[in-house]
Parts: sequence; C-alpha cells; structure tokens
Amino acid sequence: MSDLTHLTIAEALKGLENKDFTSVELTEAHIKAGEAAKDLNCYITETPDQAMEMAKASDAKRASGQAGILEGIPLAIKDLFCTEGVQTTAASHILEGFVPQYESTVTANLFGEGAVMLGKANLDEFAMGSSNTTSYFGNVINPWRAEDGADRTPGGSSGGSASAVAARIAMGATGTDTGGSIRQPAAFCGIAGVKPTYGRCSRWGTVAFASSLDQAGTFARTVEDNALMLRAMSGHDPKDSTSAQHAVPDFAAAMTGDIKGLKVGIPKEYRVDGMPAEIEALWQKGIEWLKGEGAEIVDVSLPHTKYALPTYYIIAPAEASSNLARYDGVKYGYRADENQLSDMYKKTRAEGFGDEVKRRIMIGAYVLSAGYYDAYYIKAQQVRRQILNDFLEAYKQCDVLLTPTAPSSAFVIGENEDDPIKMYLNDVFTVPASLAGLPGMSVPAGLDAAGLPLGLQLISKPWDEEMLFKVGGVIEKCANFSALPQGLIKKAA
Amino acid sequence: MAQLIQGNTGQWEIVIGMEVHAQVTCNSKLFSGASTAFGAEPNTQVSLVDAAMPGMLPVLNEYVVEQAIRTGLGLNSQINNMSVFERKNYFYPDLPQGYQISQFQHPIVGTGTIEIDLPDGTLKEIGITRLHLEQDAGKSMHDQHPSKSFVDLNRSGCALMEIVSEPDIRGPEEAAAYLSKLRMILRYLGTCDGNMDEGSMRADVNISMRRPGEPYGIRAEIKNVNSVKAVQQAIEYEAQRQIEILEDGGEVVQETRLWDPAKGVTRSMRSKEEAHDYRYFPDPDLLPLHVSNDQIENIRKTLPELPDQKKHRFMNDYSLSLYDASVLIAERKRADFFEAVANDNDAKLAANWVINELLGILNKNDKSLEDSPISAEQLAGLIKLISDDTISGKIAKDVFAIMYETGDDADKIVEEKGLKQVTDTGAIEAIVDTIIAANPDNVAKYQGGKDKLFGFFVGQVMKETQGKANPAVVNKLLKEKLG
Repeated sequence: MSDLTHLTIAEALKGLENKDFTSVELTEAHIKAGEAAKDLNCYITETPDQAMEMAKASDAKRASGQAGILEGIPLAIKDLFCTEGVQTTAASHILEGFVPQYESTVTANLFGEGAVMLGKANLDEFAMGSSNTTSYFGNVINPWRAEDGADRTPGGSSGGSASAVAARIAMGATGTDTGGSIRQPAAFCGIAGVKPTYGRCSRWGTVAFASSLDQAGTFARTVEDNALMLRAMSGHDPKDSTSAQHAVPDFAAAMTGDIKGLKVGIPKEYRVDGMPAEIEALWQKGIEWLKGEGAEIVDVSLPHTKYALPTYYIIAPAEASSNLARYDGVKYGYRADENQLSDMYKKTRAEGFGDEVKRRIMIGAYVLSAGYYDAYYIKAQQVRRQILNDFLEAYKQCDVLLTPTAPSSAFVIGENEDDPIKMYLNDVFTVPASLAGLPGMSVPAGLDAAGLPLGLQLISKPWDEEMLFKVGGVIEKCANFSALPQGLIKKAA
Repeated sequence: MAQLIQGNTGQWEIVIGMEVHAQVTCNSKLFSGASTAFGAEPNTQVSLVDAAMPGMLPVLNEYVVEQAIRTGLGLNSQINNMSVFERKNYFYPDLPQGYQISQFQHPIVGTGTIEIDLPDGTLKEIGITRLHLEQDAGKSMHDQHPSKSFVDLNRSGCALMEIVSEPDIRGPEEAAAYLSKLRMILRYLGTCDGNMDEGSMRADVNISMRRPGEPYGIRAEIKNVNSVKAVQQAIEYEAQRQIEILEDGGEVVQETRLWDPAKGVTRSMRSKEEAHDYRYFPDPDLLPLHVSNDQIENIRKTLPELPDQKKHRFMNDYSLSLYDASVLIAERKRADFFEAVANDNDAKLAANWVINELLGILNKNDKSLEDSPISAEQLAGLIKLISDDTISGKIAKDVFAIMYETGDDADKIVEEKGLKQVTDTGAIEAIVDTIIAANPDNVAKYQGGKDKLFGFFVGQVMKETQGKANPAVVNKLLKEKLG
C-alpha cells in the first residue's frame, strides 16, 4: 500500500471502495502528517477528534452502501467557512473564540457527501491578502523552497488550504476566491484550484469579504479531484439570493481529453511589463500543448484589463467596509473594555483588526463617502461592466482563455510587505475574471529555474466549468507535473 | 385652506412634509423568517440573520413586497418595476449589521396622492413623494442595569414602509388629518395595523416657516412624534419657535430635533454638520427587485374599496352628508356595519342611528363596534319598525336602550312590552274625546287663543296611550275636535 497521504482523492475513493483501507486509516495518516508539518502553520484550529469521529461515521455509511461523492475523504476547511461547534475566526483577532451555531452551506454539502474535516485552514485576515501574511494566527509557509532555503509564501488568501494540500496533509481543501485567493495560491503551491462561476456555490455561512466577488472553490492535487469536490459543494441555495438555479453537472465527466477543434483565446493584454521570461515561456508551452492536442489558438483582446486592479481595489474594499461593520464588539467576538460606547467601538476595531483589514476598511469608507461615491464607486461599477463585456466579446471568438495565473512564483515571506500596491499586483491576472464573475482554474504546469511551481490559468464562459475541467485535464496530462515540494522531500529523507 | 399664523411682524405660513414609518403587517421579517409578533420576551424573535451573525445573508420576503405594492396602489402611486435595496451604513448597538438595508435611489413606489378631510368640511390633496421598504432596528434599553445598556433585537429586521409626503401640509390640523387618513388607508388595505402606541406607525415631521407666497424656508426635522396629538403639539411648538427666531432676525438651523412629550418642547438632536454620511450603496447580497405589470395588476385586483372611494359612494348612493360619510368610513368595519344596517332601509335614518345612537353609547361606555351588543341586523330590524310606523321614533329610543341591555331583537321587545304604535283612529278618537271632556278649562283657554296648550292635549293623549299613539293621527284628531 502506497503512502496514503500521497494518493489523489480519486485514488483514495477507489481504495476505500475496494476496502484497501478505511477512512479512519486515511484520516489518521493525514492527522499524523499534519502533526509532522506543524511548522507550515496551515491550520488555525485542528479538529483531530472530530475528524476521527467523522471518519468512523463515514466508514459505517460506506459499509451500509450509502457512500457520497467524497465519502471518507479528509479535507482542510478554510477558516472563513462557519462550522457548527468549531471555532471560526476568518484569521482575525476580532473573531477569536467565535463558535458558530450553524454550518455553512458549502461545508454542509461537503460533509453530506462524506467529506471529513481535518481542521480550519489558515488564511489572510478576512481573506484580504495575497501572501497569507495578514493572519492574526501567523504566516503560513509554503512547503516549496528554492535553493536559498528561505520560507516562501503559499500565496493568499487561501494560503493554509493550498499549503496543506501541497504538503500532503490534506487531500483537498476548500478555498474562497474574491480576486484570486484560490488560483494564485494554487499556482504558488503547485496544485490545482478552481474558482467556479459567481453563484455556483452558496455564500451562506461564509464570512463575507466582498459579497459581489466572493465565491467558494476547491484545491486538490489533480484536476479530477477538483471536479469531484466542486460537484459535492455546489448547488442552488435558497438562503443565498445570489446563488443561481443551475443544475450541477458531473464535472469530472467533462474530462474526455478531447479538445479537438476547441478555440483557445490568448488575451494580448496579459503580457505585462516585468513578467519573468519563464512565465512567458510556460504560457507559450501551454499554447503548444493545446495546439498539439488539436485546439485552435485565437488571439483575443480584453482592452479594459488594465483597469481591473484599480476597479477591484475600489469595489472590494467598499463592500468590505460595510460587511465588516458587524464586528463591533457588541454581539460576539473580541470586545475592548471601555465604558463609553464610542470608545469601545474604536478600541475594539483598532485592536481587533490587523493593518491590511483596516487599510481596506478605510479605502472602502472613503470611496463610498459623500462627494466621492460617483467618482470612485459608480465609475468602478461602470468599468466592471466593461470588463465583463470584454470577456463576452472574446467568447464570440473562443471557448476558453489561457493565461498565466500569477506574474511570479512564490516569493520569500516579507517581500512586497513594504508596498501594498506591489502586493496587489499579484492578482493582476486573476482579478478580471473575478470582476466578471467567471469561472477560472489554475493548473500546475511547470517549475521555474529556482524550482518553484508555476501555474496556468483557464477562464471559461459563465456556468461552463466543464470547459475548465476538459481543457485543464489536457494541460495536466501534457505538463505531467510530478515534482514534490522540497520541504516534503527533506522530511521523507 | 392655508392656515396663517399672525406674528409680530406679519403673517407666517407653516410648511410641513411628513415621513411616516409603518410596520408592514406580515408574520415574518423583511429578510428573515423570524416572527414579528408584538410584545414577546426580549430577544426571543431573532434569527441568525437578524443578529448579523458572520456569513448570514438576507432573503427578501415576497409577501412584504406584495404589501408594499398594495400600499402604493392604495396611495394612488406609481409602482416601480425595478427597485434596489441599498445599505445605509452607521454604527449603533441596536443595528447588528452595522448597516440598515433600505431603498434609496430606486424605491419600490413613486409619486401619488391622498385626499384629506379638513375640519371645515373641505377636501385637500396631499402629494406622496415615495414609499420605500427598509429594515427596522432593534431597541436599546438603558434602564435595566446601572452601568450597562441592553439590546432587544426582536424588532431588528422587521419590515417598515417609509412613506414620504410632499411639503403640501399647512398646519397642525392638516398634519393630523393626513396622518389619520394615511392610517385609515393602511388599515383598510391590511398592510399596517396603524397602532402608534405599539410603535408600528411612527412619524417624523419636517417643518419650516415662510411668508405667504415666498419660497420654502429652512426646515427642521422632528422625530419621536408618536401620536396624532403629539404631531399637532410638536408642530404648534416648533412653528412658534421658528417664528420667534425668524422675527428676531435669526436663521432656523437645518437639524434633527426630538419631541419631548413630557416637557412639550422640541430640542436639538444633531445638526446638519453632525449628520451621518451613510455611505449608501446597493446591497451586493440582494439582486435588484423586479416586479412585472402583471404582478401589479394581480395585486390591484385584491384591493378593497378604499376610504375615499367609499366616502364618495356613500355621499352619492346614500345621499349622506360629507360629515356622516366621513364618520362612517373612518373604519372599514364601521362602514360595513352601516351598509348592513342601511340594506333595505332608509339610509339617512340608518346613518343617524349608527352614528348618533349606537356609536354614541358605545363611545360613552368605552366600547368598540366589535363589542356592540346590537348587531347590524338587529339595528336594521329596529329601523324597519320605525319606517313602517310600527313604533315611533321616541319609542324606538326606549327599545334601543333595552336592546343594548339585553341583546334582544327589536320586534320581540316591542311585542312583549306591547309597544306597538296605535294607529287605529277609532281607539285614539275615544281617548281624545275623554281628554277633551276631562279638561273643559283648558279647552276654553285654547279656544280663547292660547295655542300653546295644544301640546298639553297631545301630551295627555300620549300619556294615556303610553306613547304608543301615532303622533300624526293624534294631531289630526285633536285639531278637528278642538276646532
């Protein structure tokens, strides 16, 4: 029997079905692996006892012939999803100790399909960040290292989720993606990640960052595993008015390997200044792979791409400034001890929120304030529509877009910290699809010269995640990405 | 009817616009399934959404939307096919989300008008600017603990309609008439119970003064005026306050003021400079609200006859005065009661009996029409006895009193007590002859020119017949016999 923690979800499901091992064994193996990898700081809260209970129940369920799509599969859950009876922090001091009395729709769906929760994965505070360095509960470390040996970021905001899956301490993980928080960490950690169409997964019970952009998604080491997870967690939810009434297809069934005649669009605006040649080369390689499999390559233009980042950094903070108003010390979470109401508010929020969150609340309050609303918020909404129109125009010529996922590989923790704008540039390729609500996927496609993973991004039409899985599966096969994180190799040695 | 106030330097006109918050009659809240029943223990009607727990999302209550449309139609207003819920951001402990979900740029209901009845018997139209839906806040309680404030979230998230009037109101009486009519319409529609003492209807009054014919002055907004009487008092006080400032050469400050019902004064709450920047923006958790013309027409079909329609119909079909019609339509149940009484009866007589007798005694006994021991059918029965000359109007009042006490039908009482009017000319004539024979002195005086004594003879005959003699017959016979 191979090391259980190195199996894919699909392989593990077969093993469970064949009774090669039980979910209890599978879960235990991951709990042990997690204990050995504590230095990565992937979890804010580990739930080993609950995991073992769930695994036992899952084995019984499977034995009774009622196996769900993810029956017995241990996952990490981003600590932005509220989990009944388990502390949910959004990586913020202000929610430290908060234990929800309810289960988010996404996690309830996953658990309903048999998934086992290993713990609550670390993230950037309120999902605001691209390096998982804004968490109140400490940085997450990427298991991938370059020769310099320095600790590298797993990306963010879903850094704990991505790092856990890459480090083989979870078979898959949930993430949320507001401007790239799944796709960028997936690329940095050499795994696959999917942000579905806005409205595919319910937002009910997920701590909100920017409501019009937030969308739950998946991390796993293979494209197929992502397909299994997404199927298990998707679906219409009457409790979320923005959740859509779309049937959930069998995403994995779309992975036929046949992309003959498909038109793959290459947006010229994604060739940005200062992008490393290796990434440009990888992108070219991706184009060649798809061409080699019979796809047609089409040059397309998304002319408003350059406005995407500034637009995002108006809309997302605006919504966040309002969404985070409920963390005021009155009802739950952290409260500073002050006698006067206004003092209590100020001190609670000053001490409860970290710098990046405060920065975005201030930006958001500013762009919504009287006299600036039209110039910033309204203008941003208009540009957002143009960005969507760009995509819809492009899809008249092609079926799917291929781009790099991020403009760099995983950087050393601490880099980019001096300049928020530099940090925001990490999301330059992922933000446009978020603003347009489109589904996107990052597929691990190769290593850079330093030995760090790089990802390619696919963006498809609304509700056409099947296209992502179809084409993503082909890239995965062509790239044949089999490298292991050095951190993991060292440990094994 | 512009009501002008005489100041020291000339006349002033009061200009008033009102914002009324009316809690929508609905079992559940605007965006959650929690109950809206009044008077529950604190924090027992609070869903996760109402408490703004992390990750909770609002889901629009479709029945509330229907109620808002129904109300808009009742206010003769434009219903907007597209409206948008926005967030009004501010911090307060009774506002768990840190924002109130409201409608701002795109309300569900646009402009309309309602007709108000003024004390001098004239009618006036008041413009409606808009009606929008919004969440109510919870309630802060400062008297439960020496150093702490408590919060009750039962009301948090209840659906409110904010109904904004044009500045068409010109004085305390008009304001009272507007508020009363608005409440009447909402009650007819069943969209708000209108109970101001339970807080399910609350008014803010915008008031400014101007010289007749001049442009509007600077206004102050008065909050916390929670009865029709308080509205009148607050306006009277505020008008005088503003006139004094203006006549002293000062300027009214644009501000929010609070009515203090105990002291009978308004006092400053916050100035324009201190006003919040609410940072309104469309709520990204909710999609724009679309209602089709078909939906609107289907709701229109469910509308009851509204007070003003009823009033005009009563005046036209029953030939009632504006006053009688207005009294009868004040409550839907009262109007229905009247119509049941007027059915097959003399409508004017029915109106008199309902208004003067029945409502009179109920009011005296502090009872409502629902508690009336006399049903509409029973009152109709009594009036029938008057109309067909079975009893006189005077006897009818006695019968009515017995009906009120016993709940018995009029004809049963008349039968049992032998109160039937005597119209048999022979029987009455015999009594008349007896009376004339017994009073020769008075007959002589009458015939000598003392006309007033005619009443004495009538009285004697009535006494003899215990009031049952048909007065017309008595008069006729006496006239003949006395010559």
